Amino acid sequence: MKTIIDVGIVGYGAYIPIYRIKDIEIARVWGRSRVPIEEKAIAGPDEDTVTMSVEATKYALKRAMIDPKEIGAVYIGTESPAYAVKPSATIIAEAVGISGNILAVDMEFACRAGTTAMQNVIGLVASGMIKYGLAIGADVAQGRPGDELEFTAASGAAAFIIGKKEESLAIFEGSSSYATDTPDFWRREGEYYPRHFYRFTGAPAYFKHIVEAGRMLMEKLGLKPSDFRYAVFHQPNVKFPLRVCKMLGFSVEQVKPGLLVNLIGNTYAGSSLLGLAATLDLAKPGDRIVVVSVGSGACPGAFSIVTTVLIEEKRDKAPLVSELIKKKKYVDYAFYAKFRGKIRTR
Amino acid sequence: MRRVFVIGTGLTKIGEHWDKSLRDLLTEAILMAVDDASIALNDIEAVYVGNMSSGYLQSQEHLGSLVATWLGIPGIAACKVEAACASGGASFHQAYLAVASGLYDCVVASGVEKMTDAITSDVTSALIMADDQEYVAYIGATFVGLNALVYRHYMEKYNVKQEKIAAFSVHCHKYAKYNPYAQFRKEVTLEDVMSSPMIADPIHLLEAAPIGDGAAAIVLCSEDFVSKLKLNREVEVLASTMATDAFSLYDREDITTLKATRIAAEKAYKIAKISPEDINVLEVHDAFSILGVIHLEDLGFAKKGEGWKLVEEGELEVDGKIPTNLFGGLKARGHPIGATGIYQIVEVTWQLQGKAGKCQVDNAEIGLAQSVGGVGGTVVINILKRVG
Amino acid sequence: MMVVESVPRYWRERKYRYRLIGSECKKCGKRYYPPRRVCLNCGSRELVEVKLVETGKVVSYTVIRVPPKEFQGLTPYVIALIELDDGTRLLSQLTDVAPEEVSTGMKVVATFRRVKEQSRDGIIEYGIKFKPI
Repeated sequence: MKTIIDVGIVGYGAYIPIYRIKDIEIARVWGRSRVPIEEKAIAGPDEDTVTMSVEATKYALKRAMIDPKEIGAVYIGTESPAYAVKPSATIIAEAVGISGNILAVDMEFACRAGTTAMQNVIGLVASGMIKYGLAIGADVAQGRPGDELEFTAASGAAAFIIGKKEESLAIFEGSSSYATDTPDFWRREGEYYPRHFYRFTGAPAYFKHIVEAGRMLMEKLGLKPSDFRYAVFHQPNVKFPLRVCKMLGFSVEQVKPGLLVNLIGNTYAGSSLLGLAATLDLAKPGDRIVVVSVGSGACPGAFSIVTTVLIEEKRDKAPLVSELIKKKKYVDYAFYAKFRGKIRTR
Repeated sequence: MRRVFVIGTGLTKIGEHWDKSLRDLLTEAILMAVDDASIALNDIEAVYVGNMSSGYLQSQEHLGSLVATWLGIPGIAACKVEAACASGGASFHQAYLAVASGLYDCVVASGVEKMTDAITSDVTSALIMADDQEYVAYIGATFVGLNALVYRHYMEKYNVKQEKIAAFSVHCHKYAKYNPYAQFRKEVTLEDVMSSPMIADPIHLLEAAPIGDGAAAIVLCSEDFVSKLKLNREVEVLASTMATDAFSLYDREDITTLKATRIAAEKAYKIAKISPEDINVLEVHDAFSILGVIHLEDLGFAKKGEGWKLVEEGELEVDGKIPTNLFGGLKARGHPIGATGIYQIVEVTWQLQGKAGKCQVDNAEIGLAQSVGGVGGTVVINILKRVG
Repeated sequence: MMVVESVPRYWRERKYRYRLIGSECKKCGKRYYPPRRVCLNCGSRELVEVKLVETGKVVSYTVIRVPPKEFQGLTPYVIALIELDDGTRLLSQLTDVAPEEVSTGMKVVATFRRVKEQSRDGIIEYGIKFKPI
């Protein structure tokens, strides 16, 4: 999908909570011997998807250097909204000073929700309907205690402000998306934790969809892996993105800057967007980046983005992802369970 | 303004009264005061009830009318008076004004608080209602926490070790053992205080007034009334003043002083035509040890930052320069919020009447009771004098 | 018994609590949080809404160990009297910091956090806390 006029990223912001729990600590409690990552970031007891999104958005506004009142749409993609019914987008808008004249949308599509939000906002800006749009991907991913996914389910948020190319630090060349009915990961109404079908989430879900979307994008734009400086893939663990990058013909070097999962875990809707933010943190003007996100259900989204000269002057106006990763405090499983509401008090 | 006299006192023991309701306690105290005054219930023209939390903790308001009926005298003027922890002092102030104005000849100033029907977290919520709900309670402050902010700042500003201030609690317990109405009648050592658990750093449990139930009452009347009934008029109200300060700590220039105490005290000393040196016996509102120390300074008994010296040098003792809290103060006698201000005046009255037993200050002629609401949001000062 | 739940009581303060918006006196320049109608300093009634600075320092602090019900999950937590870099004073909770790491004079920055729930099925209340810079 290409837009009629070029639009891009005017500002971006990342937020990672300070708390970390080591995977070996989770393994200690549940009697596992192997762990998929080193440690993951978890939201503190006074944080949720809304609060993390607000912080990420404030950082994005610092880089964008625009008046929040000029933002015409707020889209938040998450599978862990603060309320089952009541938008998070409006709270976020109020908290950062965005005016009432906006389209506010909460959307869910598992881990793809953040890039889905971005896709929508791109359309609104490119069509001339709005001047700037805000897209957020955020989650306080709930890991079922004792389950495989508890080792990676993490908390984080990334916010992107989309606008005209003249003000952008990176411009969208095009995107691809396609959706299939693939129930690899789901949560029923009233259930507290999601379920997944283990190995089915691999080849028929993650790999098939990311490879398809990646190939489609490159075919449509007439590009090959070597045309890209960096590649960011959705990161449920370390193995999957490293394997899929090879399947598509990318090198590990291209993937490394955006591969954060080993130290912060899988932030679900925030995952690929945080990877993108980390990549923008060190990209030089003129670097081409591919981002391929995927959400269970399933739908991948691939974007081709090229940075501009503005990246150098805007980058340092807010904390870099590497700085946020470094700021940490470890908690043990007991505090992790307390913080994330896993201990029953009634 | 007419002269006003205190002719009767009544009070309940302070503690966890599982079997007594708010109305039970209040009625008991007022009846005792009426009998002590040797008057008939029908002589009462108005009753004021100091109370802070009856609505929140007991779901009961309209205490004035309630107690009038419970005393068997509906028809009189009555109302609840609320000024957070200064409700008792404020109740007395209203009663004083009622008689001094000339409209009433015989009134009752009372106070009551029933706190122990609720669990601690609910009492904690009730207490912080004394401060800004939207921007102080909202951020998680507790009443103890606010006083802790003052305590830490005081220690840092004046370079005073905590032990010097915590000693105030030790002093209070020393005298409470002689007070049969006190909630706690055992002495405590400085070690006990400093090793008791922290409620809000740096305030230890034994530096904070306890939660308890109680009621107290005082009968006030005019000179005409006293002579008509040929009563003993041993105690007169020399001055009753009230003042406020910036409501919350964030609006204060210096959080180590309570402006409201200074304003009310200055006015009271002026009306009574006395200065601090003339005070023979003192009751200060020591909700926390740090407040006890600060009040001594704000009332004019010590320089700013030196109030703790009076404790150390024994000047607060029964034979000291300024005998203070000789019935245990809020810390040991207890602090049933809306009643405390009345308890203090009862205790000053006993000193002036020579009824203080082992804690009697020699030849006590003038006494001052200071009642404080919130962290000094309201302060009421009442000065009494022996006349008979 | 919890404090009476109310949606409008929370809702009308949200702008001030979310964005640290206070009042500035047009006559003497003094700033206040929360906002107000009459200047405590000079008595003027000409006060305007102003976005306050989001950084400041700790003037005094304490650790709450016996909390009201709605804050029980956070105990022990720190509250502080903070002076913002524009001179405004306010009371706030500190977060992302352990009690033993707090000191008078410490530099802090505002952060948007979840303050409490009115009840398990009631609305969620948000606001500003402060964290170390």
